[in-house]
Amino acid sequence: MLANLRQVFRYRALISSLVARELKARYRGSVLGFLWTFANPLLLLGIYTFVFTVVMPGSRGGTRLEPYALFLLCGILPWTWFQTSVLESCTVLVAGGNLIRKVLFPAEVLPIVTVLTGLVNFALSLLILAAFLAYYARPVSAGELAWLPVIVLVQLTFTLGLSLLLSSLTVHFRDLRDLAANLLTLWFWGTPIIYSMSQAPERFHRLLGWNPLTHLMVAYQSVLFLEGPYDGWPALLWLGVLSLALLGVAYFVFDRLRDTLAEEV
Amino acid sequence: MHAVEVRDVRKIYRRYGRRKSFGTLKSALLSGGVLRNLRPDTTFLALDGVSLDVEAGRTVGIIGRNGSGKSSMLKLIAGIGKPTSGTVRVSGRVSALIELGAGFHPEISGRENVFINGMMLGLSKAEIARRFDDIVSFAELGEFIDEPVKTYSSGMYMRLGFAVAINVDPDVLLVDEVLAVGDEAFTHKCLEKFAEFKRRRKTIVLVTHTLDLVTRLCDEAVWLDGGKVRAAGDPKRVVDAYLLEVASSENRPRTEAPPDPAAAPDSNGAGRWGSREAEIEQVELLRADGQPAHVFESGQPMRIRAHVRAPRPLQDFVFGIGIFTADGVCCFGTNTDIEGGVPRELSGSGDFTVDIDRLDLVAGAYKLDVAVHRHDGVPYDYHRFLYSFRVASPVKDTGIYRPRHRWTFGGGITIAEPPGGQP
Repeated sequence: MLANLRQVFRYRALISSLVARELKARYRGSVLGFLWTFANPLLLLGIYTFVFTVVMPGSRGGTRLEPYALFLLCGILPWTWFQTSVLESCTVLVAGGNLIRKVLFPAEVLPIVTVLTGLVNFALSLLILAAFLAYYARPVSAGELAWLPVIVLVQLTFTLGLSLLLSSLTVHFRDLRDLAANLLTLWFWGTPIIYSMSQAPERFHRLLGWNPLTHLMVAYQSVLFLEGPYDGWPALLWLGVLSLALLGVAYFVFDRLRDTLAEEV
Repeated sequence: MHAVEVRDVRKIYRRYGRRKSFGTLKSALLSGGVLRNLRPDTTFLALDGVSLDVEAGRTVGIIGRNGSGKSSMLKLIAGIGKPTSGTVRVSGRVSALIELGAGFHPEISGRENVFINGMMLGLSKAEIARRFDDIVSFAELGEFIDEPVKTYSSGMYMRLGFAVAINVDPDVLLVDEVLAVGDEAFTHKCLEKFAEFKRRRKTIVLVTHTLDLVTRLCDEAVWLDGGKVRAAGDPKRVVDAYLLEVASSENRPRTEAPPDPAAAPDSNGAGRWGSREAEIEQVELLRADGQPAHVFESGQPMRIRAHVRAPRPLQDFVFGIGIFTADGVCCFGTNTDIEGGVPRELSGSGDFTVDIDRLDLVAGAYKLDVAVHRHDGVPYDYHRFLYSFRVASPVKDTGIYRPRHRWTFGGGITIAEPPGGQP
C-alpha cells in the first residue's frame, strides 16, 4: 500500500496534466464551456433566492441572512464541488475502462483527477463569490479568511476519501451511482446550505451535527458571510482527522479491489 | 539472463452475478450479504500452469486460437493483471502495445495527448520533451500535431499511439496484434522499428494471428491452447503444428490424433511433421555427374531430387525447398507456388527436381528443408533441417552468398597474383 502511495506521488505530473486536460477539454469543446460549469449553481442560486425572498419571504424565520443570495452562494459553491466529484467518481473508472484494461497505470489517478478538477472549478467559482462580496460591499476579516484554505483542505480530504471508496465499489455494484444520486439530494437538504444552522429547530442540531458537511458549510458561511468570529473550528479540525481516517480506509479498500478492477470495468 | 520469466502461472477470471455481467448492490442486499456477492459465481481458467522464459534480446511470438490465453499472458507480463498463482518477473522497462492511443482525449491537441500518454506509460515530462520530435516525425503528423485528436484519421491516430509507445524505449516490448489494423505503409514502418529493436538486443513478445510474421520475425514461437503451452520452440515448427491442428479440426473433427509436435524436436530444430497425406519418401543431393554427394564445390551445380507419394489423389499441393546455414539463417527458399506453378494433381508416386546451376555459397556446412504442403501452408510433410551438405572452396571468403566476381586494378596499383573470384 505504501509502495502504491509512492507510485501515486510519482504520477503527480500525470495527475496535474490530466486535470489540465479535463479543464481544457471542457472549456474548449464549447463556446460557453466555462459558463456551463457554473450554470447549475447560478441557476440554483437564482431559483432559491427568488423562492425564498419573493415567493415566500416569511419562510426564512429570522432575518439575519441578508443578502440571502450571498449566503446561499457560500454553501452552494462548495456543495457543487462535493456533489459533482462524488457523482462523477461513481462512473470514472467504468468510463476510463479502456485505460485500466489496456495501459499499466494506477487506477486511483482517475478519481483523484475528478476531485482535483472539481477543486479547480471551485476555486474559479470563488471569483464569482468575490464579485458578489464586492457588489454587496461585505467586509471580510483577513483573520477569518485565513481559515479558508483549511476548510478547503478538509473538504478535499473528505471528498477524496468518499470518491475513492465509491469509485472502486461502483465497479462491482453499478447501481451505487443511482443510490448515490438520491442520497445526495437527501444530503443537500440535510445540510445547512439554503438555511442557516440558527434557523434549524434546536432539537435537530444534534442530528445535523452528525453530518460532516454541516461543519464544512457552517465554516464557509461563518468565514465568508456571518459576522462575528468563527468559533466552529474545533469541529472542523475533528472532521479533518476523521476525513484522513476515511481516506485511509478508502485507499485500503481501493487497493484491495485494485486487481479486480481491470477485469470488471 | 532472462528478460521475462513466467513460472507456472495460472490466471482465473472471476465472473460475478449469475444472470448479469455485473452485480448490483440491490441484488446483493436482497440475496443477503454483500460479501457473498463479492465472491465469484463462476470462474474461467484463462491460463493453466504456463511457464515461459524469454532471454534478453530474443523475439518470441505467441500464437493460438481466440480465447487460448494469449492476451491474458501478455497482460500479465505487462503487469496490467496479476496471476492467480505463479510468478511473473520482468527485468527492465516494459512498454505494451496493446491498444494504440488508449487514453487519447479527442478534444485536446496531439501535442498535449503525447505528453499525457507518455506520462501514463511512465515517462517524465522532460523525457517526452526530448523525444517529442522523434515521435512527431515517426507519426508523420507535421503541423497536425497541434490539432485536436478528434480531427485525425484513424491512421494518424494509430501512428501517434505507436510512436509514443515505441519511444518509451522499453527493454521489453509487448505487442498485441497491433499490426493487423494498419495499412501497408504503417505495417512496414512498424516492422522496421521492430527490426531496429532486435538489432539493439531488445526483447520483444508478440501476440498475433499473422503466422507469417512469427516465422519471419521471431526467434521462437509459443503455441497456447486452452491456457496451456501446447508447443514451443522453432517458429516454423510451431506454426506448422498449429496450422495442422487448425486444418484437421476444420476438416475431420478429430478422427486422428494431431501429430505431437513435442515428439520429434531436438536441439537444433531438426524434425519432421505434417499430416502425411503426401509423403516425401526420399531426398537426394546430386552432383553435376548425377552422383549423390555430400560435398559440393562452390559455384558448381547442385541438383535436389525428392520422391513423393500420395496415397490418395491431391489437388492442393505445393513443393518447397529451403537452404539454411548451420546456424539456421535462411539463404534461399522457394516453392512451386511462389514461382507460379499451378497444381493439378498429385497421385501415387512422383518426384520433383530442383536444379541449381551455380551453388554460389561460401564454404561451410548447410542444411536443407524440403516440404510438401497445402496452398495455405498446412503441411503434408515437412522435413526441417533433415538434410545437410557442405560447400567446399579453395578461397576462404566470408559471409553466405558468393557472387561470381573479379577484381581489376588500374593506375599505379600492381598486384602480383590477381585474385580471381572463380576457381
